[in-house]
Amino acid sequence: MRDPLSKQIRGIKPSGIRKFFDVVNEMPDAISLGVGEPDFDTPWHIRDEGIYSLEKGRTFYTSNSGLKELKIEICNYLKRSQNLDYDYNKHVIVTVGGSEAIDVALRAMLDPGDEVLIPQPCYVSYDPCTILAGGVPVPINLKHENEFRLTPQELKAAITPKTKVLIMPFPNNPTGAIMEKKDLEAIADIIIENDLYVISDEIYAELTYKEKHVSIATLEGLKERTILINGFSKAYAMTGWRLGYAVGPSEIIEQMTKIHQFAIMCAPTTSQYAAVEALRNGDDDVAEMREAYNQRRRYLMHAFREMGLECFEPYGAFYVFPCIKEFGMTSEEFATKFLEEQKVAVVPGTAFGDCGEGFLRISYAYSLENLKIAIGRLNEFVTKLRKEKEQA
Amino acid sequence: MPMMERQLGKESIMREKILSIIEKNSRVDIKELAIILGVPEIDVANELKAMEEEGVICGYHTLIDWEKTSIEKVSALIEVRVTPQRGQGFDTIAERIYKYPEVNSVYLISGGYDLLVSLEGKSLKEVSSFVSNKLSTLDSVLSTATHFILKKYKDHGTIMTKKYEDERMKVTP
Repeated sequence: MRDPLSKQIRGIKPSGIRKFFDVVNEMPDAISLGVGEPDFDTPWHIRDEGIYSLEKGRTFYTSNSGLKELKIEICNYLKRSQNLDYDYNKHVIVTVGGSEAIDVALRAMLDPGDEVLIPQPCYVSYDPCTILAGGVPVPINLKHENEFRLTPQELKAAITPKTKVLIMPFPNNPTGAIMEKKDLEAIADIIIENDLYVISDEIYAELTYKEKHVSIATLEGLKERTILINGFSKAYAMTGWRLGYAVGPSEIIEQMTKIHQFAIMCAPTTSQYAAVEALRNGDDDVAEMREAYNQRRRYLMHAFREMGLECFEPYGAFYVFPCIKEFGMTSEEFATKFLEEQKVAVVPGTAFGDCGEGFLRISYAYSLENLKIAIGRLNEFVTKLRKEKEQA
Repeated sequence: MPMMERQLGKESIMREKILSIIEKNSRVDIKELAIILGVPEIDVANELKAMEEEGVICGYHTLIDWEKTSIEKVSALIEVRVTPQRGQGFDTIAERIYKYPEVNSVYLISGGYDLLVSLEGKSLKEVSSFVSNKLSTLDSVLSTATHFILKKYKDHGTIMTKKYEDERMKVTP
C-alpha cells in the first residue's frame, strides 16, 4: 500500500506538551499547575446570552466573516481600549479561537520559502502553522536577561531578504513577558525599513499587571502592516466557546475570509451571540479576574524570592517562568522528577521552544489555596535537591 | 489638594480590595494580604484596624451548613407589617425585634411589607411560638407571615449543595 500520509505532515513534530499530558493523565491524584486556560467559569450573563440565543432558535450559520453585531462590538472595543479605528465591514474576521486566526493569517500571507520570524519561547502553534502554510519558521531565541522581550538587535540579526512576517506573541505564553510601548517603538522602524508584516497575537491583552497593554498596531506606520489577533478565551474565560478574531488591512482580511469560508464556513453562532454580550457588558468581569490573577502572581513571586528560586517578574498572561538551571537538570528531567516525587505537574520550558531549556512554565490559573499546596511541595523538592547537591 | 485627593483614592481602592478578599475568606492573615496586594504589612494592619473602628468591618463570622451536623436547627423568614411611630419611623420597633437573641437579622424592606426578620430556633414549634407569642403581640405589629426555610442552596455567595470540581484537562498549551 502507498503511504497514506504527506511527507510534510510526517515532518511535523507533535506538540511537546502532548507527551507531558499523557504522563500527568496517568496520575489522577496529581496537582496540576500546567493548564493554559482560566480557572473561572464564563461569567453567567455571558452564558445566559448564549442560552438565550439557542432558545430563540438562532442556530443557523452567520455570514462567513462573522455576525455583524459582533464585528461592530469588536471595532468598538478596539477603539475604546487602543484607540484603533477599524471598519467592521472590511477589517474584521471572526474565527474559531485565536488559533484559527493564526493559521489562516499565515496561509493568506505566505508563499513557499517565505521566512517567518518567531520569537521563542512561545505558544506551540506558530511553527507548525508556518510550515503547513509553506513558510520557513525562523526562531528568535529570547533571553532571560531581557525579561524575554524582543530587542532591536535580536530582530535585526534574524532578518534575511526572505523574511516576510514577524510573529509578535505578547503578552507571552509561556514566559508572561510583555512588550511595553518603548519596547515596541524600538523595533518599529526595523519592521518598516525591512518591509515586514506583523502577526500580533494579543490574546492575553487584557491580562497585564503593569501599564495597560499597548498594541503594536497603534504605532505609526504599523497598522497597515499588522494583523492583530485577539479572542474571548483568556479575557472572558471562554476557552471552550472557541471564538477569536483578527483585524487588519482589508486585502489580507479578505483572503483570510476566503480560506475560512472554505475550511470552516463560520465561527459557532451561539458563541458569537455570547461574545456580543461579553464585549458589551463584560468589562467588570475582566477587571475582577485580572485582580485575582494579579494577587496570585504576587503570591508566587514572593514565594520564589523566599525559596531563592530565580525568576524575572512577569507582567502579563497568567504564567511565571522560573529558572531551574542551578539544579543541573534539564527542564524535562526536573518536571518529571517533581511530578513523580511531589505529584505536581508543571510544564518544561522546552515545550515552547529550545530556548525554554532551564525554565518551567507555572500557570497561576488556580485558586490561591491550590497554589499554596503546590508551592509548599515545590519548596520541599527544591530544598531536597539543594541538600543532595551539597552532599555530592 | 489634588495630591491629597489622589492619596484618598488610593486608600479607598485598597480598602475595596481588602474587603472583597476578606468577605470571602476572613481567615486570611495580614502577612498574606500584604503579599497578594503588594503593599506593606503595616498598611494592611492599619487599614483593618481603622475599618473595625469605623464599623465597616462588623465581625468575622463562619458560614456553617447546619444540615450536615447532628444539631437540629430550624430557620425561618418572617414578613412583618407594622405601624411606624411618629418621629421614629421604624427604628423603635426594629430595635424591639432585634433584641431577641433568636433573631438573626432584621431588614427594613420596600414593597408589600415593612420588616423582614430572619430567625433561628431549635424546632418548628419554638419558631412558631416565638412568632405567635412574642412577635405578633407587639403593639405596632399589624400582621406576620412566616416562611420556613427548607433547604439552603446558596448562602453568602457560597454554593452549599455542590463542591467545586476542576474539570479542565490537566496540561494544556
